Amino acid sequence: MKKLLFIFITGLALISCKKTEIKKSEDLYTIETPIDSSGNLDIHITNMVNSTPLSLGTTTYTTANNDTFQVSTLKYYISNIELKTIDGTVYKQKESYYLADQSITSSLEFIVPKVPKANYSSISFLIGVDSVRNFSGAQVGALDPIHGMAWSWSTGYIMANLEGTSPQSTDPLKKISYHIGGFSGLYTGVKKVTLLFPTNAIVTKTHTPTLNLKADIALWFSGYYLFDMAVNPTIFDVGKESSRMASNYQNMFQVTSVIN
Amino acid sequence: MKFAFLIICFSILAISCSVDPEVIPEVKIEGIKEIIPEGWPTPFYNFSNNPLTNEGFALGKSLFYEPMLSSTNAVSCGSCHQQFASFAQAGHDVSHGINGLLGKRNSPALQNLNWNTSFMHDGGILNLELQPLGPISNPIEQNETIGNVVTKLNSSTKYKALCKAAYGDETINSQRVLKSLAQFLGTLYSYNSKYDAVKKGTESFTTSEQNGYSLFTTKCANCHQEPLFTNYNFVNNGIGLTIANDSGRAHITHLSTDLYKFKTPSLRNIEKSAPYMHDGRFSTLDQCMNHYGSLIASTPTLDPSLIGGLGLTAQNKLDLIAFLKTLTDPKFLTDKRYSE
Repeated sequence: MKKLLFIFITGLALISCKKTEIKKSEDLYTIETPIDSSGNLDIHITNMVNSTPLSLGTTTYTTANNDTFQVSTLKYYISNIELKTIDGTVYKQKESYYLADQSITSSLEFIVPKVPKANYSSISFLIGVDSVRNFSGAQVGALDPIHGMAWSWSTGYIMANLEGTSPQSTDPLKKISYHIGGFSGLYTGVKKVTLLFPTNAIVTKTHTPTLNLKADIALWFSGYYLFDMAVNPTIFDVGKESSRMASNYQNMFQVTSVIN
Repeated sequence: MKFAFLIICFSILAISCSVDPEVIPEVKIEGIKEIIPEGWPTPFYNFSNNPLTNEGFALGKSLFYEPMLSSTNAVSCGSCHQQFASFAQAGHDVSHGINGLLGKRNSPALQNLNWNTSFMHDGGILNLELQPLGPISNPIEQNETIGNVVTKLNSSTKYKALCKAAYGDETINSQRVLKSLAQFLGTLYSYNSKYDAVKKGTESFTTSEQNGYSLFTTKCANCHQEPLFTNYNFVNNGIGLTIANDSGRAHITHLSTDLYKFKTPSLRNIEKSAPYMHDGRFSTLDQCMNHYGSLIASTPTLDPSLIGGLGLTAQNKLDLIAFLKTLTDPKFLTDKRYSE
């Protein structure tokens, strides 16, 4: 009896403090129910420098200008993924924003969900964040400013960020820092990339192919424009230098394989 | 025995319902809604993606006065934006941030922000929700990261409760911080000045105020456009260079044609938001009148309308100041819902 009474009153204590929870909408964008015939595509990115997989820290790499450097941070946005089928139909992923961060392995392996069943022969995406989402207000997920990739004194995202050290740097601490931004106009840091697949990626509801990409970081410093780390140890602002670097990194990706 | 047992049980009941006193807001926040005063243009920012609620406003208000938004837990937004000064910083030419460090610009007044097409004196920030990221992360203002702010707030009983009231659960993220701050900042409405009453026909100007208003409409209203008393454009108003050699709008656009241009501020509550100009160089409205009257410095990007000054007589200046004081909105400056 006593036990029952205890249970009853404790229960009352719990109930009496339980407030009605009203779940309010947090995200501006909702994910739609998957179409029955759609599946997924896995994307795996390997960041390289020349032919060596990138490791953060003490490994030394060399640019085309013969500057040597070490990398402490590498982050860049991939957004607005589009997949093209062999018959030319284009699937555009909604809410397509990913932040590839070399220090977080899981960020280099991600799923493109709800891909319609088809055979795909190429992929397009932006390195960076489309102009609209740069000034659309407070964002979540990959675009959350807590990732340190949003400018604060001026609106917009850092599209790509590489930091490290180089003995050639003229910075007193031998630092190199490249924060490449700009979402519109002449000096945009947003670059569209289109890559053809060596073999078609076959997506079905039950079959998820893997797209292996490599990104060569050495190509940030050459290709369109040859950078000299003694002349440009840092880029923190949108302008001619940042747009030159963006034109360089536009060419950093290659598809290494499609695993069906 | 049975009686003692009952007491214990009811004590559990009582304890389980006790509320942390710091959670209770001091002023009941109610009636927060979007306002577009009659005759005003459509706001640039609306709440369509940020539904306004009393609870969202309450969270935003708490955050505005929250020193945890700084790395030393000592500097809140309200430190440099005081209500009695129309949310500018009284008596400070440039803002004082973390560890007493000085910025190079004057804290702007905050009012009717929904109509702003950009933020900061140089217009670098393009959305009301993103604006707080500027001062929070500026090394000489609050010197903090938004990530750390979110972590600190998530360990606060007070903010968990405020967040739950506003969003239905206790999880604080950067979007909730920024959107609730936008609810507070975006509802700092000032539209109850004497000028507004005159426009509605419920009050009338004195002769001096009326003369000042007539002068104002011919000489000043091109930039300080009614009813918001700004057109939000960037102008070199002839105050010349400063020691800080602040490039102004050109810092954002990198255009030499934008050098030394700053955003035209609203003149609402101007009487209370001294000191004036982007670097706070003038402490009185008299100094402003003398500047526009005859002390215009000629630099290459000077606004053509100001070449040679506005040629104001001593009486003109007195009348203009009399008119400017009709833009003071005592209701806004003392509204308890906005107070710390």
